[in-house]
Amino acid sequence: MVSTMLAVRRLAPRRVGAVINRNMGALRSGPSYWLVLLSGFFEPLLYLLSIGVGVGALVGELRLDSGRVVSYAVFVAPAMLAVSAMSGALAETTFNFFFKMKYQKTFEAILATPVRPMEIALGELSWALVRGSLYTGVFLVVMVALGLASAGWALLAFPATILVGLAFGAVGMAVSTLMRGWQDFDLLSTGQFALFLFSGTFSPVGDYPAVLEALVQATPLYHAVELVRGVVLGELAAGLLVHVAYLAVMTVAGLLFAARRLERLLCP
Amino acid sequence: MAHPTVAVLERNLTVYRRVWRASVMSSFVLPVLFLLSIGLGVGGYVGEVGGVDYLAWIVPGVLAVTAFQMAVGECTYAVLGDFKWVRSYHAMRATPVAIRDMIAGWLLYILLRVEIAVVVFLGVTAAFGALRSPWALVTPLIAGLLALSVAAPVTAFAATIEHDTYFALLFRFVMIPSTLFAGVFFPVEQLPDVIKPLAYASPLWHAVELCRAATLGGAPPWPVLLHVAYLAAFAVAGLAWAGRAFRARLQD
Amino acid sequence: MFQLVSDQPLILARGLAKRFGDFTAVDGIDVSVAPGEAFGFLGPNGAGKSSTMRMISCVSLPTSGELRIFGMDPAVDGSAIRARLGVCPQLDNLDPDLSVRENLTTYARYFGLSRAEARRRADELLEFARLTEKAGSRVEPLSGGMKRRLTIARAMVNDPELVLLDEPTTGLDPQARHLLWERLFRLKQQGTTLVLTTHYMDEAEQLCDRLVVMDGGRIVAEGSPRALIETYSTAEVVELRFGQIRPADIVGKLEGIGERADPLPDRVLLYTADGDAAVAEVTRRGLQPSSVLVRRSTLEDVFLHLTGRTLVD
Repeated sequence: MVSTMLAVRRLAPRRVGAVINRNMGALRSGPSYWLVLLSGFFEPLLYLLSIGVGVGALVGELRLDSGRVVSYAVFVAPAMLAVSAMSGALAETTFNFFFKMKYQKTFEAILATPVRPMEIALGELSWALVRGSLYTGVFLVVMVALGLASAGWALLAFPATILVGLAFGAVGMAVSTLMRGWQDFDLLSTGQFALFLFSGTFSPVGDYPAVLEALVQATPLYHAVELVRGVVLGELAAGLLVHVAYLAVMTVAGLLFAARRLERLLCP
Repeated sequence: MAHPTVAVLERNLTVYRRVWRASVMSSFVLPVLFLLSIGLGVGGYVGEVGGVDYLAWIVPGVLAVTAFQMAVGECTYAVLGDFKWVRSYHAMRATPVAIRDMIAGWLLYILLRVEIAVVVFLGVTAAFGALRSPWALVTPLIAGLLALSVAAPVTAFAATIEHDTYFALLFRFVMIPSTLFAGVFFPVEQLPDVIKPLAYASPLWHAVELCRAATLGGAPPWPVLLHVAYLAAFAVAGLAWAGRAFRARLQD
Repeated sequence: MFQLVSDQPLILARGLAKRFGDFTAVDGIDVSVAPGEAFGFLGPNGAGKSSTMRMISCVSLPTSGELRIFGMDPAVDGSAIRARLGVCPQLDNLDPDLSVRENLTTYARYFGLSRAEARRRADELLEFARLTEKAGSRVEPLSGGMKRRLTIARAMVNDPELVLLDEPTTGLDPQARHLLWERLFRLKQQGTTLVLTTHYMDEAEQLCDRLVVMDGGRIVAEGSPRALIETYSTAEVVELRFGQIRPADIVGKLEGIGERADPLPDRVLLYTADGDAAVAEVTRRGLQPSSVLVRRSTLEDVFLHLTGRTLVD
């Protein structure tokens, strides 16, 4: 997902917007939409196999902060799981959300009924969660099958990925209400890709220079990765609650902001 | 008199002048970020591969992948859009510009974009001390050949389809697997035997091996000529396909 | 240099046909257009006008028949022919990422004009199209009429000997159409050969010296607008409406008035040399039309007479 966006972003956004804009309706109805939706699941898996397993063979093992030594693939897998939860939620709440809001005028039509902006926001978030959970659920099964996680911890990690999806979905919606046009998605996916590379995903943040480490610790994907990794590896500690709190605040703030913006944009 | 191919190239550059800001991050900054995250970050745990540190080992791979992704990405929506929505190829069709000029002008534009990105990347990696042989200077040529070998067939593909949905599938089932498994991040020898032929089939692998041999000063796994011939064959076949696809789309 | 251009037709078609699979779009037409002429293809949608235009502009090749443009064969010399043509397609294909001016200069370069020449030509054409003030603007915010004028200006960039206009004013409001006609008329006065397709009668009458009426891929009539009207219609037409009574039911009672009466779904057309006399006779017979309109005959009447159908429905 991340690199698909990376690829899509290498283009003149105005043209892309216009093309996509025209085809979006058809895309959503045809069977290919489902194929694309399903294929979205493969990307974090491919990363896991390439970097986690492939590069992991060169790395060998890694010592965690707790002192435990794990294979590199075990270290990377939970991060890819968190990324998958993030991307799944963002795919629906940014690009698709913006499209519905600005071009399809879906929300305008809905708001003519008794439905209120907050309810729209919750509804959109729920659908994003369904898509995200589909990805993370299958991904967890794969992790267990590859011996990268135990079934018990994987089960416990599922709710954690839902929280990650909620947090990113809510903030994604809030950001979408601020978008001026397709070109802004450029910035968004660049940011998303930078988070993907530097959130303790591929190497522990403790390795980063102090300034960078502090910066990373302020960003959302870092907390998502740390939470999911903590649960998957069975390293439950009180510190995990900090990550939970961070993501919960993201969820609530994102929802409130998105609903207020929708109200202002669509019910002037 | 300007050659029509030059006129088409100019048109593409004029459009690019309007939208270049959007490409700065992806062309120049992201490859470097990739290098920092995987090359330095993960590289710290890898130690040596093939007798060199991991960063030096993946630099030629990331260089080739930058050219590869740019060539694939640029030749998708932009080409389909110019047929379907902008209809600029239809406009050219009514002038003395021939189909070979449209394709040549487009691919020259892609080549120019790729070369600029690759040369900048080369400069950055030289500063990292990741280039170990003066042969590194030929990597822009290899990247150019790679770009042609993928840009031509992808352009043809984009000229054939009606729906941009296919691009998402192209990215996910061709571009990203190539990126991840064609010897950029770890040696292809590590792949299971059933998967290896897929990696060998990708033009990216051939370019990665050539680039790696160039920056590290060694010999690629196959004879240089064979790697080059493979890439050239892709380019030629892609050009032929593109010619047919453009003709079919502009005829009637 | 010693080309004999004066008596050589710019366009010469013999038995020209275009088929797409089983469908015959153009069914063996003969056309000849002389230098300096303004020539029109008139007909409803689907008559084969655009297919004919696409063959003349060397974008699609004839399935059969002979076609010569400037005495050359499009299949062999397509590029050389296009270099001397100006084409204004039915759908605007201006480049939305370029400015109005850049649209002209970029297009000029396709014809091999030098950069300086392209700039000079763009300035002239901006003036011609009355778009000088919009030179730096993008294409998108322009009105439909402005876009159309820009497309026509773009078609003039190579100083073409022959300009092809496919439905030049379709979709424009009346004011924009009149401005466009005025611009095209100026081109005509300068001696540029114009070939256009249209399904608007007034457009054909305004601009064309000579035209062919097409229907179902064939040419059903040819001549100047005046000659066509004289041949296939009468000097005047009376349009009668009869409220609730169906026109078909009343035609019998009109027999003998004028040359003939044509019932349409909503009115009856009475073809006659003298409209007022015909109206008097209608009243004398005790018929009480709810509305009466006496007008001059138009190409619309010609088309109705030739095909039994109206042009624009």
